[in-house]
Amino acid sequence: MTLDSYVPILFLIVLSTLFAVASIWVSSRIGPRAPTPAKLTPYESGIVPEGGIEKQRFPVKFYLVAMLFIIFDIETVFLYPWAVAYDNLKLFGLIEMGVFIAILLAAYVYVWRRGGLEWVD
Amino acid sequence: MEFEAPAVQLGAIGPEIALVTTALLLLIVDAFIPEGEERWYLAVLATIGFGVAIILAANQWGERELQLARMVAVDNFATFVKTSVAVFAVLTVWLSRDYLKRSEDEESEFYALLLFAAAGMMLMASAADLIMVFLALEIFSISLYVLVGFRRRSLASQESAMKYFLLGAFSSAFFLMGIALVYGATGTTNFYPGGGGEGIAGYLVSSAASDVDLLVLGVGLLIVGLGFKIAAVPFHMWTPDAYQGAPSPITGFMAAGTKFAAVATMLRLFVVVLYPLRADWRPILIAVAIATMLLGSVLAVIQEDVKRLLAYSSIAHAGFVLTGLIAANDRGLSGSLFYLATYGLTVLGAFAVVTVLAGRKERNVTLASYRGLFYERPLLAGALTLFMLSLAGVPLTSGFVGKFLVFGAAIQAGYWWLAVIGMLASVIATFFYLRVLVVMYMQEDDRGLQPAITGRLANSVVGLTAAATLVLGIVWGPLIDLAERATVFFA
Amino acid sequence: MTSGDFGQLAPLIIALPLLGALALFFFGRRIGTAAGTVASATIGAAFVIGVVTFFELLGHEHGHRSSVVELWEWVAAGSFRVGVDLLIDELSMVMVLVVTGVGTLIHVYSIGYMHDDPRYPTFFAYLNLFAASMLLLVLAENVLLLYVGWEGVGLCSYLLIGFWFERPAAANAAKKAFIVNRIGDLSFLIGILVLTTTVGALSVGQINAEAGAISAGMATVAALLLFGGATGKSAQIPLYVWLPDAMEGPTPVSALIHAATMVTAGVYMVARLSPVFEASSGDLALTIVAWVGAATALFAAVMACAENDIKRVLAYSTISQLGYMFLAHGVHAYSAGIFHLATHAFFKALMFLGAGAVMHALAGETDLRKMGGLRRVMPVVGWTFAAGWLAISGVIPFAGFFSKDAILASAWADGEYGLWAVGVLTALLTAFYMSRLYFSVFEGDLVVPEGVHVHDAPVTMATALVPLGVLSVVGGVLNLPGVLTLEHFLEPAVGESHVPEGLIPWVLAGLALFVAALGIGLGWRLYARRDGEARRRAWQRRVPWLVTGARNKFYVDEYYGGLVVGPAKRTATFFADVFDTRVIDGVANGAGWVVARSAAGLRKMQTGYVRNYGLVYLFGVVLVFSLLIMKAVR
Repeated sequence: MTLDSYVPILFLIVLSTLFAVASIWVSSRIGPRAPTPAKLTPYESGIVPEGGIEKQRFPVKFYLVAMLFIIFDIETVFLYPWAVAYDNLKLFGLIEMGVFIAILLAAYVYVWRRGGLEWVD
Repeated sequence: MEFEAPAVQLGAIGPEIALVTTALLLLIVDAFIPEGEERWYLAVLATIGFGVAIILAANQWGERELQLARMVAVDNFATFVKTSVAVFAVLTVWLSRDYLKRSEDEESEFYALLLFAAAGMMLMASAADLIMVFLALEIFSISLYVLVGFRRRSLASQESAMKYFLLGAFSSAFFLMGIALVYGATGTTNFYPGGGGEGIAGYLVSSAASDVDLLVLGVGLLIVGLGFKIAAVPFHMWTPDAYQGAPSPITGFMAAGTKFAAVATMLRLFVVVLYPLRADWRPILIAVAIATMLLGSVLAVIQEDVKRLLAYSSIAHAGFVLTGLIAANDRGLSGSLFYLATYGLTVLGAFAVVTVLAGRKERNVTLASYRGLFYERPLLAGALTLFMLSLAGVPLTSGFVGKFLVFGAAIQAGYWWLAVIGMLASVIATFFYLRVLVVMYMQEDDRGLQPAITGRLANSVVGLTAAATLVLGIVWGPLIDLAERATVFFA
Repeated sequence: MTSGDFGQLAPLIIALPLLGALALFFFGRRIGTAAGTVASATIGAAFVIGVVTFFELLGHEHGHRSSVVELWEWVAAGSFRVGVDLLIDELSMVMVLVVTGVGTLIHVYSIGYMHDDPRYPTFFAYLNLFAASMLLLVLAENVLLLYVGWEGVGLCSYLLIGFWFERPAAANAAKKAFIVNRIGDLSFLIGILVLTTTVGALSVGQINAEAGAISAGMATVAALLLFGGATGKSAQIPLYVWLPDAMEGPTPVSALIHAATMVTAGVYMVARLSPVFEASSGDLALTIVAWVGAATALFAAVMACAENDIKRVLAYSTISQLGYMFLAHGVHAYSAGIFHLATHAFFKALMFLGAGAVMHALAGETDLRKMGGLRRVMPVVGWTFAAGWLAISGVIPFAGFFSKDAILASAWADGEYGLWAVGVLTALLTAFYMSRLYFSVFEGDLVVPEGVHVHDAPVTMATALVPLGVLSVVGGVLNLPGVLTLEHFLEPAVGESHVPEGLIPWVLAGLALFVAALGIGLGWRLYARRDGEARRRAWQRRVPWLVTGARNKFYVDEYYGGLVVGPAKRTATFFADVFDTRVIDGVANGAGWVVARSAAGLRKMQTGYVRNYGLVYLFGVVLVFSLLIMKAVR
């Protein structure tokens, strides 16, 4: 295949980028600037912004547990295709899956011993 | 549903398996040892792991085959890179041992991550499939992201890790996009023909010249992705910040190992597999190499922080080694291998000196703090002098030989002007290497800088790398010979 | 070329000073004041071994006096082979004897000269290291090894010029020397690479044997690149500017490195690789060598006439005499060039050491206008200096007469009458400025700075001065027709040289003597007689432009600054003030400044914000893509 047909698109990208940059630059240059605190607030639509998500705090441990769950959950998903193809893979498949489980187990032991599963220190 | 189970010969990735097993062992063993114990066994275990990996890798010398579903090449080239990376890693382990000694950071994770990173780099060297390249790349990159931020009490370390991670993820996306484009163009991600598929190399032989446009775009993105790893301009922006924030031993390992692994992949991919496309990738790499050599050298001139200075120096060196790659001939291949092996040892040595002086708190890393070092610590200053001279490419050091080889290769390939630009850049670079010497020898300081680390292991790393830098600059026959025999690829 | 017939001791010639340097470097503090003795002993032993090897060489028949001593194989990559091999032949042995002989004397002299210096052992470590590098350069059998020595002497020169680095002038001079030399070295290295790729070998023997087979154009390019290196190391136009400033180093350093040995490395290299120069099309390369040499000789001689610093006069004189040697090479008279190199080493080292003794006695005074009549209070220094003065002026039977006459005669024999004329004019100026120096310092009324008690040179210094003085007187016999012929001796190494026949040589010699007498007479009238002052003013009124020009070194340093700055100035006069202060010391600082400025500009890109880093990255991706698409479309 050839890329000749994409050349107009390239030009379009370049032109639109130039246009966007130029118009922002020009408007910042020629537009009057009289900032007031109210103008500088985001969502300047008559609504005074209130504390958003940054004011609600919850323990970082939720993240940790969620992460661990996802990791172990997703990895066990690998067991299903193996079970389906078990007849084809035979002993070799069994050994491979054994290694896989062993690595998973090592990770589990590691998490457990390092206190990753404790909720309260 | 029927399919053929692939033949698996685990021996092909024996060295990598050894490293990963050691890492897992480290993590588990350490989890059962109570807090507050002296953790000397971590470094011992890691050293043993690397020893086994080196033996297994060396055993593969002379073999030439594709294994693991044609995704892993076992050849002299891979062996050369694997052994070098393992040596770099062992030196880093020893240096780290004294660096971390009795600190809260001395944990099994540090060594385990180092082992994982080394395993990824090794895999990178023998990867014969783009998917495998990507996997290897991610294995060592993710390990390094964490290692860069390992100084948990230091904001700078955190920041640099975050930057490295974000930009690394960014770059991985481009690399993946490149793989996708290559796959779209050729219908394969495998490098070599055989096993029912024709591979990228085979595709290039059988296709007409007009059919490769999409492939070329993909190759462009592969250059972008790998260029990030070797810190080539303009994909280098992360380098100074990450090098500065990372623990010093890790910085040395990144400069030595990452560069070697990524360039190894580039050598295999561009010089061997994509050789028929050289008219397309050469101009891009030439532009990148010129920008890299000049920008790295020029920006290093004004650095006041030794780690940043070495970071820019490592950028410049990426450019120098690219000239060997651009030459795309046998001398370029062996020259690049020699260059990276010796550069790795030298830069590890330089960072070892920085580590010894800076310590875990990473103090005294400004150029000014090295004032009059020679009068306080003549041996340490002498070693650093040797490293600086080698990085500058002064004869009788390994750096000179490396530069001589890659520039010679470029001249042989007809790119004499690239060699001239390279030499100009090295002249500029001489400025800042000399600056370090001037500070150490010609400025007096009564503060009396004392090393923060006095351990024997760290000092022996300095000694070993200094000896290697000097010896390989004088007796370079044997290593060059090995590098030449390492240009035997599976091809 | 026969291999390894003799000269098995030669490696020791290099190893001894090297060991001395290492010992002094590592155990300098423990060795303490014995350092000077140790260093002198190593180089002296090297001299003895040099003499032994020399006699070994003489034991072989004429034409079979060349031997390659292979130490070990450095690189063996396929057919490409580089060994650490030493070449012992007539040329290298003459150089070894000059370097170790003069070197030993200067080491001994330094014991006295440097004995108050706090870093006494370091000085001798550097000096020994220099000797080892220089000997490696001279004995190297392949150009790579030669380059190692070449860089080594450059490094030592840098260290020794800047030995008193606490003086800003010395530190700057060291930097200037190093950077100017790097420019030459770059040219030299490219020349070596060109030569290596065309010949396919690094060995001097192979290169010289196959030089005839290189295409004439390629040979010209290679020869000129090599000569570019020589202009740096041997201080020729356009790279001579570092040598006068290099006088900031201790005087023994000026004598050893910047008069007798290192600066002659370029002269030696051209002779060593002379077949490459001969292979150039229509003698183009050699013609350029000759004219650059002649121009440098004249130009530097003019500047020497106007200089008032005793060491800088000698520095310009050295540049001028080096120009003579290149002139000789340029007219195929390599042996005459080497002959002059040897005699020059004797008398110039002598005069530098004499100047050092004067400075030593006058508490560091270097302005020759503030001296006078010193011969009566310092007889040893005065008489030996007089020998050097008469030698360089070309008075029969002193050494300089024979070597200079050989060069001028060769130029005449080669039909280069223009070069000959420049040479004669330079000889006149040489006799004049050296007489000026001698009369101002040693004759007339005694003038010394107040409160200084003048004493003659101490024993160690005198031990070095006397042998050099003797050599300056009798050095000419090295090449006395019918007695000893250096020319015939060097023939197998550098080829035959042509000398005019019949009555011509006698006429030329007579003319040279007349010119020398004229120069000395002029010097005597202007500087030794009491009414000299008035006469000098008269001269100044007649040719003011020449005098002012010469006094300001013809503004060359400023031109070099200007050439780099010029374009930038036109485009941005805004920078003019900043620029001017930066470039006063020439290209070197100017170039450094450009690098630093662009770096300062570029560093602004390194904002520390990840978003900006990502943007630069994206910019790179777009660039790569655009390049590829453009190429695909085409």
